[in-house]
Amino acid sequence: MGAVPEAGTAPLVSTAVVPADAPALPQFVRWGRPVRRVLSIGLFFVIWHLLTKWDVDLYVRFQNIPAPWEVLEEAVALLAGRAFYVHILASLERIWLGFAIATVLGVMLGLLIGWFRFAEDTLFPPIELLRPIPAVAWVPLSIMLWPTERSSIVFITTLGAFFPIVLNTVHGVEAIDRQLVRAATSLGAGRAAIFREVVIPGALPSIVTGLSVGMGVSWICLISAEMISGQFGVGYFTWLAYGIVKYSQVVVGMLTIGILGMLSSALIRVIGARCMPWLPRRVKDEA
Amino acid sequence: MTNGGATGRIEINDLGIAFSRNGWTVEAVRRFTLMTTPGEFVALLGPSGCGKTTLLNAVAGFVTPTAGQVVVDGEVVAAPGADRGMVFQHHSLFPWKTVIGNVEFGLKMRGVSKVERTAQARDYLNLVGLAGFERAYPGELSGGMQQRVGIARVLVNRPRVMLMDEPFGALDAQTRLTMQELLLGVWREVRTTIIFVTHDIDEALFLSDRVAVMTARPGQIRDLVTVKLERPRAAAVIATPEFMALKARVLVQVREESAQALSGPRP
Ligand SMILES: Nc1ncnc2c1ncn2[C@@H]1O[C@H](COP(=O)(O)OP(=O)(O)OP(=O)(O)O)[C@@H](O)[C@H]1O
Ligand SMILES: [Mg+2]
Repeated sequence: MGAVPEAGTAPLVSTAVVPADAPALPQFVRWGRPVRRVLSIGLFFVIWHLLTKWDVDLYVRFQNIPAPWEVLEEAVALLAGRAFYVHILASLERIWLGFAIATVLGVMLGLLIGWFRFAEDTLFPPIELLRPIPAVAWVPLSIMLWPTERSSIVFITTLGAFFPIVLNTVHGVEAIDRQLVRAATSLGAGRAAIFREVVIPGALPSIVTGLSVGMGVSWICLISAEMISGQFGVGYFTWLAYGIVKYSQVVVGMLTIGILGMLSSALIRVIGARCMPWLPRRVKDEA
Repeated sequence: MTNGGATGRIEINDLGIAFSRNGWTVEAVRRFTLMTTPGEFVALLGPSGCGKTTLLNAVAGFVTPTAGQVVVDGEVVAAPGADRGMVFQHHSLFPWKTVIGNVEFGLKMRGVSKVERTAQARDYLNLVGLAGFERAYPGELSGGMQQRVGIARVLVNRPRVMLMDEPFGALDAQTRLTMQELLLGVWREVRTTIIFVTHDIDEALFLSDRVAVMTARPGQIRDLVTVKLERPRAAAVIATPEFMALKARVLVQVREESAQALSGPRP
């Protein structure tokens, strides 16, 4: 039995994770990636600079658009004060709360709906009915429903994240290979163990996809809600700046939203990868 | 690890299995009868679609027969259980569990302590030649290695019966031969009853004590061939006259049944 040929030759670490030819890649390809990324951002700012410097007017007009350095000045000024942080913290608190509630509810309901026929019949129809309504359309109702501005905006944020999370969780559960369930039962797993050991981890990749999408949508909803009905928050700040003709503040607000959104998506990705060490890393064409 | 010699007696009595869907009925197995002695290695050979998988599923408890019954050590099979483990053709390891996590699974279900189950799982990984791969994920293993994990995962439960559904069907010829020898080595250690489904006549004869040749659907036993080749067997037995004679006998029947399978089920 010792003479099993493949055991010796097969690598412990998969070939999918580390391509066999990784060390052989030429220097410039490996250093090239960060350089390319920095260049790409740099190019973006250069184009922006030129468009505003020449006040380009080609149907789209750049006369009123602040230049990058104006925006930078404004950002430095805002970051030196306190008021701007109050807005950022207000937005972060709402996102965090709304997203957390949506995650708990969405994953729980998604697992139940995906696995149990009874839950599907009783819980899914209202979700299907409400899902096509954009969260922004809920703003008036939400203001009527909830006593405070904070709670109504958290509600909108929750709604935005909830639907993608539920749907992805349901699909993840439904896509679980029946063979794995059979394998588990014939290894002695009962109903609870199957749910815990097969259904939840089996749906996890799809759940994480749902969380990523949900995070994006909840930012959209948060900012829209803040613009419509807020008195705090980055969305409110941005809309207010437009109203009082402080266009560089508008752009600072926008960039802040972009950066916060990007960071929160990255956070989900990192946590997701941590929870799913079995997934191979994505493979891309390196040419 | 040796079987006391008492467990693993399977009695398949007059089994009939039919699937109905939208008023259509497909009769997969009809009046199938087979008895095994404890610790026996029986191969099931038959044309595609003759009901081999269905039969294993009935022994495992995944499908309920429409007639007859399966009795294992005096108990009528009513549901899946850890005493009847299944090794599937492919992709049935839990991708999110490491190799050792997969092998430990059955013990975890029985509430065995972490330390104890790790120790036992290691023993079985050694048995199938996978020491050192405990922390790898199934997606990082070759097809042959995955099947060995699948075998260890079943055997760690010390089942009365191990059901194997074309477990080496997706492997290349060389790996397949290695796996057959490995399986015989493992079986010599654990002595559990094995029902082994295959399309490959050489594989069936090389491995088993008896080969059940099945008819085209609905599957019945057409011939039961006792393989009296001496054990332990080496790959070279394939070239002996005894082996050739058995092969000739089985081949004719399999050919006829495959032709029958193409022309549609018997009335
Ligand atoms: N769940 C099911 N519903 C309806 N028909 C089924 C089901 N499972 C199997 N069958 C039918 O029963 C017959 C036997 O199928 P089975 O999978 O047992 O064949 P098999 O001998 O394992 O074939 P193969 O060698 O190709 O794996 C086939 O005609 C198949 O279509
Ligand atoms: Mg089959």
